[in-house]
Amino acid sequence: MNIALLLEMAAEAAPDRVGLVCEGKRWTYGDLLAAARGAFELIRQSDAQYVALLDESSEAAVIAVFGAALAGVPYCPLNYRLPDADLAALLGRIAPALVIGDEERITRLAGDQGHTVLSREEFSLKAQETVPAEDAREYDPGEGVAIQLFTSGTTAAPKAAILRHSNLLGYIFGTVEFGTADEGDAALVVVPPYHIAGISALLSSIYSLRRIVMLPAFSPEGWLSLVADEQVSNAFVVPTMLARIIEAMERAGAAGISSLRAIAYGGGKMPLEVIRKALELFPEAGFTNAYGLTETSSTVALLGPDDHREALASQDPAIRARLTSLGKPIPTVEIEIRGEDGETLGPGQPGEIYVRGEQVSGEYKEKSALDAQGWFPTRDAGYMDEHGYLFLSGRADDVIVRGGENMSPGEIEDVLLTHPAVADACACAIPSVEWGEAVGVAIVLRDGHEMPAEPDLKDLVRARLRSSRVPEKIVFLSELPYNEMGKLLRRKVKDVLAG
Amino acid sequence: MKPGTRLKSAACDTEVMVIRAADGTIECGGAPMDEAKPADAAPLAADFSAGTLMGKRYVDADGKYELLCVKPGKGSLSVDGVALVVKDAKPLPASD
Repeated sequence: MNIALLLEMAAEAAPDRVGLVCEGKRWTYGDLLAAARGAFELIRQSDAQYVALLDESSEAAVIAVFGAALAGVPYCPLNYRLPDADLAALLGRIAPALVIGDEERITRLAGDQGHTVLSREEFSLKAQETVPAEDAREYDPGEGVAIQLFTSGTTAAPKAAILRHSNLLGYIFGTVEFGTADEGDAALVVVPPYHIAGISALLSSIYSLRRIVMLPAFSPEGWLSLVADEQVSNAFVVPTMLARIIEAMERAGAAGISSLRAIAYGGGKMPLEVIRKALELFPEAGFTNAYGLTETSSTVALLGPDDHREALASQDPAIRARLTSLGKPIPTVEIEIRGEDGETLGPGQPGEIYVRGEQVSGEYKEKSALDAQGWFPTRDAGYMDEHGYLFLSGRADDVIVRGGENMSPGEIEDVLLTHPAVADACACAIPSVEWGEAVGVAIVLRDGHEMPAEPDLKDLVRARLRSSRVPEKIVFLSELPYNEMGKLLRRKVKDVLAG
Repeated sequence: MKPGTRLKSAACDTEVMVIRAADGTIECGGAPMDEAKPADAAPLAADFSAGTLMGKRYVDADGKYELLCVKPGKGSLSVDGVALVVKDAKPLPASD
């Protein structure tokens, strides 16, 4: 089974329908398949072991992912925001590759690694112009790796996560029905191409025959005007994007967004304030919170539109709390919470989230992280309530262990955020001679507020939580370090607190 | 039959991709399907002429077989003479 089947089916059913809009240019499914087949020829000619992309989203991302699949070579989109040294190291790990994108930078960083380098324009043009030879091509059967993604490395050096054709097709067949989008439907894709959500958006949209509208570089104004111009019906955003879209709407109004029927979000913790406001500003749209990881081929749990509205309208605190939940596992995956000794935990008990299913790869180039029964330890800490709603408390590696007592940074941060002067907060472990680890916090003050006295903040935590949660060290920063996907880089805060 | 194998109907235009299969004979329009199309088309059996639909998945009652229709045709699918049915899919909200 080869993921190229998704595009082949779209082109078979609707060759002349527009499947992609990027920077004003429109591509039909027939165009995209022809270009993917042209890319197959280019890849074969280059003897590349990988097809890499070092670029923002464009048609090249679609052509490359399917061209690589047809050729049986893993597609490996790279994060162009990485510093030079990190990027050179990643390029070295995939040499020799056909690398598409920033020619000058690739040549400067990895000119001696044996890569074939093409600019985006060159690649797209050559892929369109290269017509497969007359004899029928033997395309790859799809028994191997379709995609290799380097993890973001927020806690350690980037790992090479691999997704097989079978994982990705398991996800698509399990979550999307072929050709179900209406002719006018359009999905706005703004997640970068090296993120799993950016890849799954392409696959899902093509299989459902939903037109992809690409926004290569996010700005709230650009996003809102593209929604209006292309009559976008579906969109996926990360929490920081949604917060900025809301700000822009509050500043400049929100004309022309009535076509938006479905907004999905994920990739980081959504602040309660932001999702509440979004539900008010988009009364007609259905919101879906998607939880997934690179290693699980995207979404494994979701909180759907009805759950959102029900939670917003409810007086019951348990139902209201669902707005901060990840929702329930999708029908084709199983989720369990396990304790430190690997035992399965019951409702309400916090532990590590484990996932199993066809779409779950849990595999790195070096080794598989799956256990003997096929379960993947996500390293995410969380719990499931008695109704099966999953709640996330943070990365398991971020848990602070003070004198044998485990505490999640999230609960401490949530309390600190209730202080009127606190705009943002991050709690993490600091070394302690007495306890092994203790709580340190970094705080960002809200504009126009006085700096609160340290004892006041400590009292706030003591009053709401146990005294063990009281921070031993507090620092004030002008801002917290986030990556471009809105993920808080706790490692960096930890360094500041240790200093 | 290996997952990913593509089978063609001998009686119509239908093509399927095997997602899951056991040892039985997979048929379309009443005739066995194969990776290659026979030189002479088989007749379309009246009992198996309801047609296949693009992108639908067809399954048996025991969950041993699952076929994805990648090209529609006039025949309908069966295994050892027992008709397959369209798999019910619960629609999920788009999440990416």
